[in-house]
Amino acid sequence: MSEEKKSKRREFIFTASYALGAVGVGATVWPLIDQMNPDASVKALASTEVDISSVEPGQSITVLWRGKPVFIKRRTTEEISEARKVDLKELKHPEKDEDRAKNPEWLVMLGICTHLGCVPLGDKGEYDGWFCPCHGSHYDTSGRIRKGPAPTNLEIPKYEFVNNNTIKIG
Amino acid sequence: MSDHNYVPSSKLGKWFNDRLPLLTLSAHLREYPTPKNLNYWWTFGGILTFCLITQIVTGIILAMHYVAHADLAFESVEHIMRNVNYGWLIRYVHANGASMFFLAVYIHIFRSLYYGSYKSPREVIWIIGMIIYFLMMMTAFMGYVLPWGQMSFWGATVITNLFSAVPFFGEAITNWLWGGYAVDNPTLTRFFSLHYLLPFLILGLVILHIWALHVPGNNNPIGIDIKKPSKDTVPFHPYIVIKDLFALLIFLILFAFFVFYSPNILGHADNYIEANPMVTPAHIVPEWYLLPFYAILRSVPDKLLGVIAMFLAIFVLVILPWLDTSKVRSAIFRPLYKQFYWFLVADVLILGYVGAMPAEGIYLLVARVATAYYFIHFLVILPVLGFKEKTLDIPLSLTEPVLGGSTNPSLAKNKSELNF
Amino acid sequence: MKNFFKTIFVILILIVFNNQKTFAEGSVKLLKQDWSFKGFFGKFDRASLQRGYQVYTEVCASCHSMKYLSYRNLSEKGGPEFSEEQAKAIASQFEVIDGPNSDGEMFNRPAKLSDKFVSPYANVEEAQASNGGAYPPDMSVLVKARKGGADYIYSVLLGYSDPPAGFELDDGVYYNKYMYGNKIKMAQPLSDGIVEYSDGTEATEEQLAKDVVTFLSWSAEPHLEARHKSGFRAISYLIIITIFVYFSMKKIWSRVETNI
Repeated sequence: MSEEKKSKRREFIFTASYALGAVGVGATVWPLIDQMNPDASVKALASTEVDISSVEPGQSITVLWRGKPVFIKRRTTEEISEARKVDLKELKHPEKDEDRAKNPEWLVMLGICTHLGCVPLGDKGEYDGWFCPCHGSHYDTSGRIRKGPAPTNLEIPKYEFVNNNTIKIG
Repeated sequence: MSDHNYVPSSKLGKWFNDRLPLLTLSAHLREYPTPKNLNYWWTFGGILTFCLITQIVTGIILAMHYVAHADLAFESVEHIMRNVNYGWLIRYVHANGASMFFLAVYIHIFRSLYYGSYKSPREVIWIIGMIIYFLMMMTAFMGYVLPWGQMSFWGATVITNLFSAVPFFGEAITNWLWGGYAVDNPTLTRFFSLHYLLPFLILGLVILHIWALHVPGNNNPIGIDIKKPSKDTVPFHPYIVIKDLFALLIFLILFAFFVFYSPNILGHADNYIEANPMVTPAHIVPEWYLLPFYAILRSVPDKLLGVIAMFLAIFVLVILPWLDTSKVRSAIFRPLYKQFYWFLVADVLILGYVGAMPAEGIYLLVARVATAYYFIHFLVILPVLGFKEKTLDIPLSLTEPVLGGSTNPSLAKNKSELNF
Repeated sequence: MKNFFKTIFVILILIVFNNQKTFAEGSVKLLKQDWSFKGFFGKFDRASLQRGYQVYTEVCASCHSMKYLSYRNLSEKGGPEFSEEQAKAIASQFEVIDGPNSDGEMFNRPAKLSDKFVSPYANVEEAQASNGGAYPPDMSVLVKARKGGADYIYSVLLGYSDPPAGFELDDGVYYNKYMYGNKIKMAQPLSDGIVEYSDGTEATEEQLAKDVVTFLSWSAEPHLEARHKSGFRAISYLIIITIFVYFSMKKIWSRVETNI
């Protein structure tokens, strides 16, 4: 074997060892990172069913889903019409109320201010909806941001009506 | 040390190094002159460092999911095993890692015993090492309590009851240790706290251990003082780094075999039964690495004296540099010591074996003889041997036998010129 | 180097030997089964796991809890692998107590996938009171909690017989060849045909025991298959990189005149 070939083989051995080592380190580090992700028992709780039979029009209940509050509001006809007549051009984050509430009577949304994660207060604020006390964001009767620092409307989670009395969130 | 006047090549490096000489430290570690005749028994220092880091990393992760409460601890361990992503892997690495750690530390200690690495000028390295070993045993013992299984609970009960042997204050001490009148939730939470703390003390001591090592430099199989740096030495990087890495990988294959294919073989079945203060398991055994000391404890018929004997067994190791009176380090040149060394190895293995057996009949007798021999080895044989033993001729340098075409160091000349 | 590995090997043998000794000590030879989940590539037999679950619910579950298992585990990978619909249907057969509701009342509802297996007794005391003072142990990790593991449970299930002459038994205590002290408070749980398998497997006593022990082995070690698989990968990887590092080491040390 010539000197050149020898040195090439030497380089190959070192490079291959380094490459293999990098693969091994990567494969070892992944479990150490992944262990902090939601575990199997947490993932299994990803959906929750809520009984809404006792909620009167105008009332709202708050339930916990994935560790976060979810507002379920049974809106009055005034609140619905107030939400629907708003001109989309006035909105910071334009969304139709029809798209936010499948069943206009029921508004289901995450009770977490999109600014920095505080829980807004109900029936407060300049738009008869929600008001976040932390930094003064005002939401309307459809949970849309109207005034204040929050960038987007209150988030609508995935949910469905299992029957007339039950909502499944998640 | 050769690299005190190290100057970084880049301007930024120099600026930083003038303020905090980390680059000098790193250069020192790379260039650290190491005897080139170190054999594979010397790779266990690196392996042990790896073990400590592994235990700390996996331990920190387990603490994220573990609940230190008597009612929830066992369940939280099952939660880790069943639900946490890769939880089973991390827990098995941690549990078997403790055993692998002790396997490595025993090899490391017995290497030192064989090649006389504890002798002048390395006494402080040895004593720090013994403190580390002692802290390791405490950490391992408290860690074994945390899953709150039957062996955890009763192991904790038996070991903490050792302190009840103290005259007059025994009960006060055990109640203080327990935070109650028996091992219970307060005991568990304090053990968890200390189990988390001690590894970082060990880490600090490991740094001191290495620092103390870098003052005189490594001993070597021949046991002679060598000039550093010289043609007898190689720089730590890459020579020793790659060799340590190779040995570590072999060690990891064994480690992986335990973790993936026999994760519970080194543990005890009873620890998968939740702790029950009303029922003691038929046969209480500590983890295998504590068995020799357990055997010494049980071999003495008196409660207090048994405890004292157990602690003395560790203490004789601490004062070993002054018990061994021989000026020659390596067993290679001490034919008699070599014999006694292997007797000691066998003795400790026997102690480990009888420690796992019931303390009765033949086992108790064997344990007593082995315990007696253990102390005789350190307190009688070693001091006497230093004066009586006729040692073999010692080579002048490492290269001499090698370059002289023979690997037999006893062929070396000029013994009279040697100084130790 | 040769010497080095020889010594390591001897020490290992001694450690393992030590452990095996404590295992074997003082017990009769257990019945051995050729479990499909042992060995480097060991996997659970799905059909056996599903049958084993049936044996557990129909025979064991009236006394023994499995409190660390959830119904969702039944459809998870590496387990009995019922379909999610089947697992949901199984769960909905059980009632769990939930609440409090908005009136502050606890209420019963059918179990969901995320619920833990429903225990037959509310607490240990109730279990003891209903079983003549003996607590039927939780079976979630039972296989790992007994010396001899799967073989031991299998042996105990099949180890009932008439006591030898002169062996004293109290009322409600039975003779078992493999049980510690040969006395067991559980009446013989399995007999031919006590369960009717839907897949047509003949429900002999041995078959029932084998299936239920397979199920219990899975419940004690639900990630066993993943462990075996990653173990094979990890060890193959380690062997390959060890070879590469060995040659790298040889190269590097070839610059120095010494043996390695």
